[in-house]
Amino acid sequence: MRNRAMPGFGLSLGITLAWLGGIVLLPLSALAWKAGSVGASTWWAQIGSRRVLYALQLSFGGALVAAAIDVLLGLLLAWVLVRYRFPLRRVCDALVDLPFALPTAVAGIALTALYAPNGWIGRLLQPLGVQVAYTRLGVLLAMVFVGLPFVVRTLQPVLESLEHEVEEAARTLGASRWQNFRRVLLPMLMPTLLTGFALALARAVGEYGSVIYISGNLPMRTEIVPLLIVQKIDAGGDTGPAAVLGAVMLAASLLVLLTVSLLQRWNRRWMEVG
Amino acid sequence: MRRFPLIVFLALGAVFYGVAAQAQDHRLLNVSFDPTRELYKEANTAFAASWKQQTGKDVRVTTSNGGSGKQSRAVQDGLEADVVTLALAWDIDVLADRGLLAKDWQSRLPDHSTPYTSTVVFLVRKGNPKQIHDWPDLVREGVQVITPNPKSSGGARWNFLAAWGWALRQPGGNTDKARAYVTQLYLHVPVLDAGARGATNTFVQRGIGDVLIAWESEALQSQQELGKDKFDIVVPSLSILAEPPVAVVDKVADKHGTRQLAEAYLKFLYTPEGQDLVARHFYRPRLPAVTEKYAAQFAPVKTFTLAEAFGDWRQAQATYFADGGVYDQISEAGH
Repeated sequence: MRNRAMPGFGLSLGITLAWLGGIVLLPLSALAWKAGSVGASTWWAQIGSRRVLYALQLSFGGALVAAAIDVLLGLLLAWVLVRYRFPLRRVCDALVDLPFALPTAVAGIALTALYAPNGWIGRLLQPLGVQVAYTRLGVLLAMVFVGLPFVVRTLQPVLESLEHEVEEAARTLGASRWQNFRRVLLPMLMPTLLTGFALALARAVGEYGSVIYISGNLPMRTEIVPLLIVQKIDAGGDTGPAAVLGAVMLAASLLVLLTVSLLQRWNRRWMEVG
Repeated sequence: MRRFPLIVFLALGAVFYGVAAQAQDHRLLNVSFDPTRELYKEANTAFAASWKQQTGKDVRVTTSNGGSGKQSRAVQDGLEADVVTLALAWDIDVLADRGLLAKDWQSRLPDHSTPYTSTVVFLVRKGNPKQIHDWPDLVREGVQVITPNPKSSGGARWNFLAAWGWALRQPGGNTDKARAYVTQLYLHVPVLDAGARGATNTFVQRGIGDVLIAWESEALQSQQELGKDKFDIVVPSLSILAEPPVAVVDKVADKHGTRQLAEAYLKFLYTPEGQDLVARHFYRPRLPAVTEKYAAQFAPVKTFTLAEAFGDWRQAQATYFADGGVYDQISEAGH
């Protein structure tokens, strides 16, 4: 604390805490309070419902798969953008951010228009027996779309700061390209990949706007938890059941993020030892 | 010196806020549901003109559109609507439960506060390739039905009840048979949109499904916008009379001092001018004279009312659409 770069430690900490409290903590505690006040029978009715279980499975399962795809795709994209020089590289680089800025409903409608059986891409896929829009594949596609920039943007600065000397040293010591990637680059990138994975996962789990347009929203098939929550609210009356689902999502998300951060710590320790 | 811009911004903000609050005196906010967008856009202008003529005062009515349940929730959570014009009475009952208006709100205006009606019909592709003529055709093998989610769409709740009521009123019909029919019906739905407009888009733009269960007003409007050569309207043997209600939100109107204005606004919908507007936007008017004038527009339909088949909206909501209700049960069945 002796070398403060920024003046006014008390003030800035105060603002930080007030901000976090008002914007993050307060709504979340209101949710927890509401969910805590509904009684065991409501909890049981919600969590025991097959439809809810199915939606939870789709939301978290879909998000895990989407985040994994994002990590693979994102690594490739970031690598190409950092290491290669090609025309329109800047444009491509800017395009990566689009899913950040685009209203998700717009993205959802655009994806649906493209992948619907009468859309440009959907029309080509239909003879192959592949339907994307209004299936679980569509849910996955939307989740991949919104999560991708998180992986690319976390990886890019790390890739840029990697020292070429390390790779060159590995090459001179006789490492093949694959060994170089597997033994030298990947361990260095691992913590960042995990961070990117966690961010993409968190984004995909909570995604609503784009998914509901492309998913078809069929109960027991393509219904995600956020949509169930909205339906329970829209039906009017008590918000207790919706709060229960919200609390379940919150707890599950915290658990997932905790797991990822534990993995990260374990990875760091392993790196230090190795 | 550096702080100056911030102070200026705050001051400007305060001024704008003050101006906005001032201007609200002769403003009316109508919180409505989705498919009334075009109707109220025109009705607001027409009412302002008639109000100016009667009182010499200017009035500006703005309408907010969205899913009926969502809009009702917004008003419950503090959106200051002077009047609400929603898809079904339950969404206003909820407001009455919160003390925002009197419990007997539905008896304050004629026709239990529903100045216009519609009914549930089928929109099919031109030439009716799947030969869909009545409710049983919807559950034939290979027929795909588009209708929105009754949990989030008020219009879709009327669709649900129309199907249920039809099945109930068949020879030998009972609750079990109605339930079996409606369960089958929803198994024929490949895409369950959140709202009526979404469902129309899925059917019209994405080309999904063989039949769209829609309000007559929506069906007629789609037909007008897209051309009669693309879609046909099929009228089932029996349907429900959809009665979307309107009400002044007492608490808000009293707070804004707009009660008189708000009441005049809703009563305007019952006048010959208002009824004519209603009919031009494909809702069925209440006034016999106007009904006669637009007779060619509306095909004769045999309808039952919600009161005849289900009691009132409070009961219908609790039985069919509440959490864990019949709709939730049937959407888990068959999987």
